[in-house]
Amino acid sequence: MEFWTQASLYLAVGAPALAALVAPLLVRWLGGAAGWLLALVPAGVFVLLLGGLEAVAAGLPLREGFDWVPALGLRLSFALDGLSLIFSLTIAAVGTLVVLYSGAYLNGHPHQGRFLAFILLFMSAMLGVVLADSTLALFAFWELTSVTSFLLIGFDHRRQAARRAAIQALVITNIGGLALLVGVLLFWQATGSWELSALAETELRGHGLYGAILGCILLAAFTKSAQFPFHFWLPNAMEAPTPVSAFLHSATMVQAGVYLLARLSPTLGGTPIWTLLLIVFGGLTLLWGAFGALRQTDLKQMLAQSTIASLGLLVLLIGVGNEAAISAMVIYFLAHACYKAGLFMVAGAVDHGTGTRNLPALGGLADLMPVSFIGAALAALSMIGLPLTLGFFGKEEMYLALFTLRLDALLVLLVLILGNALLAGVALVVMIKPFLGPLLPTPKPPHEAPIAMLAGPILLGGAAILGAFAVDWLGHDIVAPAASTILGEQALSHLGLAIDLRSPIVWLSVLTWGLGVAVYWQAATIRTVLRRGGRAIGWTADMVFDHAMFGLIRFAAAATRFFHHGRLEVYLLVVFAGLALVLLVPVIGLGGLDVLGSWAQGNWPANLQPTMPYLHEWVVLALGVTGLGAVLLAPSRLVAILALGIQGTAVALLYLLFGAPDLAFTQFMVEVLSVVILTLVMTRLRLDERDHRPLGEALRDGAVALACAVGVSLTLLLVLTGTLDPTLSDFFTATSVPLAHGHNIVNVILVDYRGFDTLGEISVLMATGIAILALIRGTAKAGSNARRPAPQPGDDGLEGEA
Amino acid sequence: MNTVIFRTTAPVVIAIMLVFSVFICLRGHNEPGGGFIGGLIAASAIAIYGMASGVDRVRRAMRVDPLALAGFGVLLAAGTGVLSLFTASPFMTGIWYELNLGESSVALSTPMFFDIGVYFVVFGSVSAIALALEAGREEDL
Repeated sequence: MEFWTQASLYLAVGAPALAALVAPLLVRWLGGAAGWLLALVPAGVFVLLLGGLEAVAAGLPLREGFDWVPALGLRLSFALDGLSLIFSLTIAAVGTLVVLYSGAYLNGHPHQGRFLAFILLFMSAMLGVVLADSTLALFAFWELTSVTSFLLIGFDHRRQAARRAAIQALVITNIGGLALLVGVLLFWQATGSWELSALAETELRGHGLYGAILGCILLAAFTKSAQFPFHFWLPNAMEAPTPVSAFLHSATMVQAGVYLLARLSPTLGGTPIWTLLLIVFGGLTLLWGAFGALRQTDLKQMLAQSTIASLGLLVLLIGVGNEAAISAMVIYFLAHACYKAGLFMVAGAVDHGTGTRNLPALGGLADLMPVSFIGAALAALSMIGLPLTLGFFGKEEMYLALFTLRLDALLVLLVLILGNALLAGVALVVMIKPFLGPLLPTPKPPHEAPIAMLAGPILLGGAAILGAFAVDWLGHDIVAPAASTILGEQALSHLGLAIDLRSPIVWLSVLTWGLGVAVYWQAATIRTVLRRGGRAIGWTADMVFDHAMFGLIRFAAAATRFFHHGRLEVYLLVVFAGLALVLLVPVIGLGGLDVLGSWAQGNWPANLQPTMPYLHEWVVLALGVTGLGAVLLAPSRLVAILALGIQGTAVALLYLLFGAPDLAFTQFMVEVLSVVILTLVMTRLRLDERDHRPLGEALRDGAVALACAVGVSLTLLLVLTGTLDPTLSDFFTATSVPLAHGHNIVNVILVDYRGFDTLGEISVLMATGIAILALIRGTAKAGSNARRPAPQPGDDGLEGEA
Repeated sequence: MNTVIFRTTAPVVIAIMLVFSVFICLRGHNEPGGGFIGGLIAASAIAIYGMASGVDRVRRAMRVDPLALAGFGVLLAAGTGVLSLFTASPFMTGIWYELNLGESSVALSTPMFFDIGVYFVVFGSVSAIALALEAGREEDL
């Protein structure tokens, strides 16, 4: 038991990620058989988590964590309570079977190792989502599931459809991810805590930020769990290999949103707006998905649409939020995880065995694929909700939750019955159509799948039946703790095997089955009608997404064309005009002009007392002015560049005279290199030898240049009127030798006191160098089209330093 | 610029410049100088060599792509900062070691190697730019 208080949850989250590292190697050595070995990891996680069952059922959640950044109050913490337990056990159990399944399904695929690594990495992230107690960790793992699901959906990256589906899923779930981040920050704002366990005890329903938080959390949950109107990414994600669908799109990734809502239900739930939004969107999603499933003929598409329906059902139940509804939600989650993962695996087995997933092309496979048929039948029975399956209890509980004599509750009940009936019809179609009836010719001669692919459906289907027989235990040890966590108060289990025929609830189930059979008989008609209806509407959420994405690209292109038009003179004009504004506006605002006025009357500040320069200073000054004059009067650009060099040299001499040898040194080198590089750039850009600006342009550019110069001069003068604070320079002078062992303070500052700055600067310098090389090589290919000198490439990084 | 005098004296001048740049770089901690200025001097030498003898010859003589030198510089500078981890002090804390060579001693320190890193970055980046520009110029001529 000591271990339980130490590191078991870190291990549970970390072990699959570690296994992901070795997965490619194992596959290289062992081939598909590596699946058997790697499946041991999630199986181990399952056993590990099962060890916490007793404590959790007794109402003692496990908590682990360490202070990561104590100064900011950040902890990396995990918690295992009733809700986390049921989700993490499901993830580990389905994960084990999926890893096993992938070993056989992708046997011989060149990237099988990579695939298994992605699956295991995803499993880590998903376990992190449901076990995290720190809200920031929850966000990080949440995003990690989005990223790994992107990799998995786009696994077959040579196909355009797979790439599109992957990007779509990433975009939609990341919108939610960002919303979750905002929500988490708002939680912190409202409660000052980064811990979910602390949130559960906080009263937020009356808080001013409640509306904003609710909006963010709902957006996150609805996008992740494919609620209407964000449902469309899930069917497209069926482009992924089947094990991905069996794992991500049945029991894990898409359930993250449901988990989030369940987790925050005690904090945010119970308000009228919460109930209304969850029931309306959940109900819409349920019906939309159920009808959508009946429109499809592709096995996986049918299952994906029915998953949307089930997710809607779960959200609806959380919205209803009474004890029976939450119990129903927990049982239904379990039942759904078992049967949907099983059905996806069967769909993959059928695809694998016959070469097609298209229902009209399949039939009579029961004799040739008997085990797959049994797996499909077990899953479908649970999906229909026949007695002695988990699905039955889920259905009974949800009807119980809404069986009151209130009009709105009865309306929701009606939606539930309709949705369940449609799903039952889907289950019948999926179970009967491929396996019974006359045998139809298929692309490949049908054969049974290998045992690793059959273990999943059989075990999961069997678990649904076994769970029903052990329903007393299940209700007490698994469902009640989870329901208690969601409700925020003690929930009791009243599940039992006995069926009371006098209860009206049972007859509602019978009604559901009857409707389900009717749906099955009329499946073809319903499909025709729905497709006609779909064509009549003419557009889908999928198309809206495409339009939005292409619109975004067009907008980005237009914005780029507007700002990045390629006319150098406009860039320069904008940059220097901006510089002039930045310099002049604050100076004038700070009263720079008033100072000038007082100087005109002779009130010079102490450190600006004009003194008569010495002769050699006059010479240097004259040199600079001569250089400037030469720049303005230069007959050709080359002469102007050289003249600029003269002026710069004069500045360097000034530095030397006034005791800044390092600065002077650097200035000299910069001037030399500037002249060299500017000359090279000039020849490079094939500029005219002379400057042919019309008078108007010359005046405009001259005015901007003058404004910049006035701005710089005024700023410098203003700086000098203040008193210099010598604290820093005194500190450097005093400590340079004893602390940093150097007499050259400038250098010591650069490499020691502020070495980190310098590290940043040289990194920028290097990046600038790469960018300039790319520009030079790019123009060498495309041919030069600029007409005026480029900005001085050598100067950018250097003068900032000097 | 391709006069005989220039082409003949350039190798001598740039050899002196390169040696001088190393000198300036190393003495920087106590006298005016440092990696930055040293790197600029060395880069100027390379630029001059490029004008005198052509870019191809310079590239052959350097053996390594100048940008790779810049990358090496960034790595070196960052690497010296990491060393302080082994003394359980914060990133980039200086470590000093006096190497005793009989009569005199040489101070070896992480800031010195950091400065050498700066030298390589400046040298590499600027000469890469200069050489690329010169190469383009030759195509035109």
